[in-house]
Amino acid sequence: MLKHDVLIVGGGLAGLRAAVGLCDRYNVGLISKVHPIRSHSIAAQGGINAALANNPDAKDDTPDKHTFDTVKGSDYLADQHAAEIMCYEAPKIVYEMEHWGCPFSRFPDGTIAQRPFGGAGYPRTCYSADITGHVLLNTLFERSVARGLHIYPEFVVAQLVVKDGECYGVVAIDQIKGEIVAISARATLFATGGYGRTYYYSTNALTNTGSGIGIAYKAGVPLKDMEFVQFHPTSIIGTNILMTEGARGEGGYLVNKNGERFMECYAPKAMELAPRDIVSRSITTEIEEGRGFESELGKYVHLDLRHLGREKILERLPGIRNICLDFLGIDPVLEPIPIMPAQHYSMGGIDTNEKSETVIKGFYAAGECACVSVHGANRLGGNSLLETIVFGKLGAIAIDNYLQAINSEPDAKAIEQATNDVEAKIRKLGNSNGEKSFRILDELRKTMSAYVGIFRIKQELETALNKIIELEGRAKNVSITSSNLFMNYELIGAIELEYMLDICHIITLGAFLREESRGAHSRRDFPQRNDTDWLKHTMATIREDGKPEISYKDVVITKYQPMERKY
Amino acid sequence: MTGDIYTFKILRYDSSVPEKRPEFQLYRIRVIPGLTVLTVLNRIRDEIDGTLAFRASCRSAVCGSCAMVVNGKIDLACRTQVASFDTREIILEPLPNLEIIKDLVVDMTPFWNMYEKIRPYLVRNSADPEKEIYQSEGDRKRIDQFVNCILCACCYGACPVLSRNPDYAGPAALAKLERFISDSRDERPMKELEAVNNDKGVWGCDTMLRCIDACPKDVRPTDSIVSLRKKLIKYKLLGKGNK
Repeated sequence: MLKHDVLIVGGGLAGLRAAVGLCDRYNVGLISKVHPIRSHSIAAQGGINAALANNPDAKDDTPDKHTFDTVKGSDYLADQHAAEIMCYEAPKIVYEMEHWGCPFSRFPDGTIAQRPFGGAGYPRTCYSADITGHVLLNTLFERSVARGLHIYPEFVVAQLVVKDGECYGVVAIDQIKGEIVAISARATLFATGGYGRTYYYSTNALTNTGSGIGIAYKAGVPLKDMEFVQFHPTSIIGTNILMTEGARGEGGYLVNKNGERFMECYAPKAMELAPRDIVSRSITTEIEEGRGFESELGKYVHLDLRHLGREKILERLPGIRNICLDFLGIDPVLEPIPIMPAQHYSMGGIDTNEKSETVIKGFYAAGECACVSVHGANRLGGNSLLETIVFGKLGAIAIDNYLQAINSEPDAKAIEQATNDVEAKIRKLGNSNGEKSFRILDELRKTMSAYVGIFRIKQELETALNKIIELEGRAKNVSITSSNLFMNYELIGAIELEYMLDICHIITLGAFLREESRGAHSRRDFPQRNDTDWLKHTMATIREDGKPEISYKDVVITKYQPMERKY
Repeated sequence: MTGDIYTFKILRYDSSVPEKRPEFQLYRIRVIPGLTVLTVLNRIRDEIDGTLAFRASCRSAVCGSCAMVVNGKIDLACRTQVASFDTREIILEPLPNLEIIKDLVVDMTPFWNMYEKIRPYLVRNSADPEKEIYQSEGDRKRIDQFVNCILCACCYGACPVLSRNPDYAGPAALAKLERFISDSRDERPMKELEAVNNDKGVWGCDTMLRCIDACPKDVRPTDSIVSLRKKLIKYKLLGKGNK
């Protein structure tokens, strides 16, 4: 058994920031499914929001204005005190990252460069060309090296150890040694990322299964607002690799097959820089009404960058251009890019507060796996990188306070019991004669993309729910080729399937019950927002019999009364 | 069903069973145009052989997980189109110069050890300003290509020096050192360069440029090595040196 004061699960931005904040004073261990530098934070392109007021067009920008944009963008479902904390922390953490070496792009006066992004009143998105996640993750990983953080790469969590409302660590699989390892900790923070791979069309990495969210749920932690799934407007057809919102921030157009900049019909003021939920619905409507292009890889519209010119594309969007060359064989300097919306981000997640605390003592969550909620029903571009670092930092402060206040040691019996459970589960997988997990996963992902997508309707959500229940039954008999623990990716996939099914069940059930349209949750049969009945968070908790129990929680409203959302 | 039948020859080895020698295993699979090597690997593991081991994550050439040798050329599996070869036979081998853990997964520990040795972080002695440390657009541009490194170790696998001298720092670590030493904000003393003033450091490079050829992100590690050599000479001759 390994023993740490603090265990961080996940080596992306949220996990590393939490670890860096604690490892000078505590015995911290960080476990990660992949080497931290491979985490999906690396793939973020466009930038991180902070009201630095560096842009000549943004001299009167303030954290309050950032808060308002975030709350309006959330369709008023964000908890306003939490959004305000995040936006006030934003300049501090951006300067901190810069002092730690982050190579932001610069304005001619030597300050951090900022570009316009969707749903924002000012150009406040700090960036490094179109590799902002890459430079931020490298900077935090470098800090963790400087501080001698103890990292366990390629450890996969199989179960969270919770007893009587208190968390004592995890049981994990060390893939390289081929062992089950119990890790006891006085405080555990999950920074395990989103669940993009539960959708067929997603911009997310193959590792983004959302298993961390499912593991927490199974251990009794409530999940919040899971029906709010962000679909990014611009992913390239075929692979669904992301084309940053920065492409539109730099002036890119969205064009249909008639050559029209169709955003004029949907958001006449903001045009291409309306928030993502609105742009994704607009593209889908254009395609449904026959104004999209068709190809073997699917229906699409054009993201046209040609008028920006070669020089600007090479300087500001070099990564975008390389992706187009590598994966489409298209040079965006010369040709428009075929794009379609795809699942991108999870607004919902493990229910946390503004200190990254959960209802379980000693268990914390931060980043995309958590739901504070600062994004409500729709996240603004540039706010997710911000959220990871802010709530990683605030989680570290909360853990520090917690550890100073408690004296108890992890319950050895609870850890032993959990270890036995995991061993039994793996033995069963090896002995079954059932289906392969990828077949069930494939059907699950197709179901989610077909019926729990950008536009939703009662009948389709029912179809999806029935399908998920059928798949849950089949998943009980999943089998694997070998139950050897050494470098067995098929085994990991089989373990994660159960958690992915839980997540999809809750997303779909929440979407079925929420009879309104708000942010990214758009019901064809209930097209209006309904503040009287639905200005509340959806909470999902697992019951004794394994079925989800849905309840609701008030939204925190401080300064900004809900208004009609126009762009 | 459209597409051609391809034969994938994949080197299999399990370091937990060292008595069994590495050998190629053949998988026949139908490939439609536009598929990448990584997509096919995923299909093989899902549909044919659940025991096959390879690393992958972002599938968009930014996370650096899936470096391997494809038909003799080192590259990321995710950005390599199956149809880009003039043959229906695709041979996959693990990255050279590193020990195999299983199949296409190698032990990256020596690579990370070299990376950590060069102090891969911004070193500052001055107090931090309240806001950002100013940096001109030109100074930022100077570190651009080295900032782009994704630490995939393609260069490490391609380096002929590392194949005979595992103590050599290697192209990625030296490129990272150059990234920091030429950052206008970095304040590490120039005498730190002494650590690479030897055959394990900048003088070990044969300038065969294999690293430049192998890099999937257009980084030119040899440029960094040449630049570090120049800085060292200046520092030695003048007793000081500026960045």
